[in-house]
Amino acid sequence: MPFDTLPARPGLGLKPQHYAQILANKPDLGFFEVHAENYMGEGGPPHRYLAAICENYPLSLHGVGLSIGGEAPLDRDHLKRLRALVERYQPASFSEHLAWSSHDEGYLNDLLPVPYTPQTLDRVVSHVDEVQQVLGRRMLLENPSTYVLFEESTIEEVDFLAAIADRTGCGLLLDVNNVMVSAVNHRLDPVAYIDRFPVHHVGEIHLAGYDETTDDAGERLLIDAHGSRVRPDVFERYRHTIIRTGALPTLIEWDNNVPAFDVLMDEVRLVGEVLDGTLNRRLAS
Amino acid sequence: MTSQSPFTRALTDPAQPVPAGLVSPRGTADSKRFAVYRNNVHVSLVGALAARFPVTRQLVGEEFFTGMARLYVAQTKPKGPVLIHYGDSFPDFVAQFPPASGLPYLPDLARLEAAWTEAYNAADAIALAPADLSTIAGDALASLDLTLAPSTRLVRSGFPVGTLWSAHQTTPVSIPALSGSECVLLTRPQAHVRLTIIPPAACAFLEAIGQGRTLGQAAEAVLTVFPDFDPGAALVGLAGLGAFTTLTKELADV
Repeated sequence: MPFDTLPARPGLGLKPQHYAQILANKPDLGFFEVHAENYMGEGGPPHRYLAAICENYPLSLHGVGLSIGGEAPLDRDHLKRLRALVERYQPASFSEHLAWSSHDEGYLNDLLPVPYTPQTLDRVVSHVDEVQQVLGRRMLLENPSTYVLFEESTIEEVDFLAAIADRTGCGLLLDVNNVMVSAVNHRLDPVAYIDRFPVHHVGEIHLAGYDETTDDAGERLLIDAHGSRVRPDVFERYRHTIIRTGALPTLIEWDNNVPAFDVLMDEVRLVGEVLDGTLNRRLAS
Repeated sequence: MTSQSPFTRALTDPAQPVPAGLVSPRGTADSKRFAVYRNNVHVSLVGALAARFPVTRQLVGEEFFTGMARLYVAQTKPKGPVLIHYGDSFPDFVAQFPPASGLPYLPDLARLEAAWTEAYNAADAIALAPADLSTIAGDALASLDLTLAPSTRLVRSGFPVGTLWSAHQTTPVSIPALSGSECVLLTRPQAHVRLTIIPPAACAFLEAIGQGRTLGQAAEAVLTVFPDFDPGAALVGLAGLGAFTTLTKELADV
């Protein structure tokens, strides 16, 4: 059966090492999310498994390579590949990043930062318009985690994202770990960021674990690492977010040093408690 | 405006300073902050190679592999965001990498691993079953043009790379004798990639078919080099491994 919206429940990133276990046990989960680029081979086991999983769960298709923040025009071939995937799997959601990752030298495989100016805003708006036109659907755009600031930036990130959503009609993906990483890295208040975030546009939340190091001045520098449990301070901001927004589809992202499936389900349980708690409070009030 | 060109140049060349206009909240350039991006690019691309070439990595050890892969990453970026294709030229790089010259089988082993990923991700197709051939009369069979399945790959090596690769699929690894050439066939008959070491004559037969020769022409060419070759047995064996796609209606009616 097709799913056209993600349920306001916990979801997990789908990893090949868990395919068989998921199909055998059908764990109780709201949805699975995959990186679109990992399913752009022509055939074989990845598609076979994804098709089987889509028969049982809603799918969130999450792109990591479109370079929406890039100075160059969007890669038409890549857009076509995305459209083919959307047509084939009919995901409940498609999302991408406010970042760039391709340049003349090739694909750099990282989500690189964009300065926030009226000119870059126009460019990102036109790229999001193009994506939505080619895919024939609304997309979600994710807030980035960043390690540097641009001197030329004149617009605050929250306002930049809100303007993109207002001008293109796209939704937003609020990554609370990214909020925490950027807030610590740039000496900002993560709660103030969340409280100003245009939550009526948010269609999904991401949670992940960060790593920690220091910068040249010996000050705390958080790294968006996706290789551990969600840190307690991120969970606390997530709880704060959900109280403000109500229950939202919430993904646990764990892409490096992927643990046993049971560890992921333990994170899912914690997310479920936050979502259920919000629901109960709303019903009680 | 800070263009993405100087950012990219500084990202890929660690000798360059942090690009102008990028600052910490203190308003100063900060090399450790910019190094996070440099590190992400290198570590993620080395990781993509490690995922595609796991046995190559096991054979040389993690430290050696990472050093070799970093040099490859520095000179060869992915052409696009679909990383299953990244590293197609890595085996050739390994062949030209002087510190790896003590392991002469390493480039072919890497070629086998690159081919394995291609077989894994190739388009789905219905394989020709040996029984499909039994209904075709002998002379019609000789004029048949078979099509290789999209997942079929052949790797010829002067080293026993198929045996070596297979030995690394189990723990503990028992290292086989490292002499003798091999023809390795990769097929994907059902859900999974299958590796088979096939005789040189069968390999030549399959290559000839892949070049568009009819079964009769292919058999004849192989028999001139391998007089004992049994084309019928080879055909049934190769079909059983899923090397060919099913006959189109038109061909089946021949």
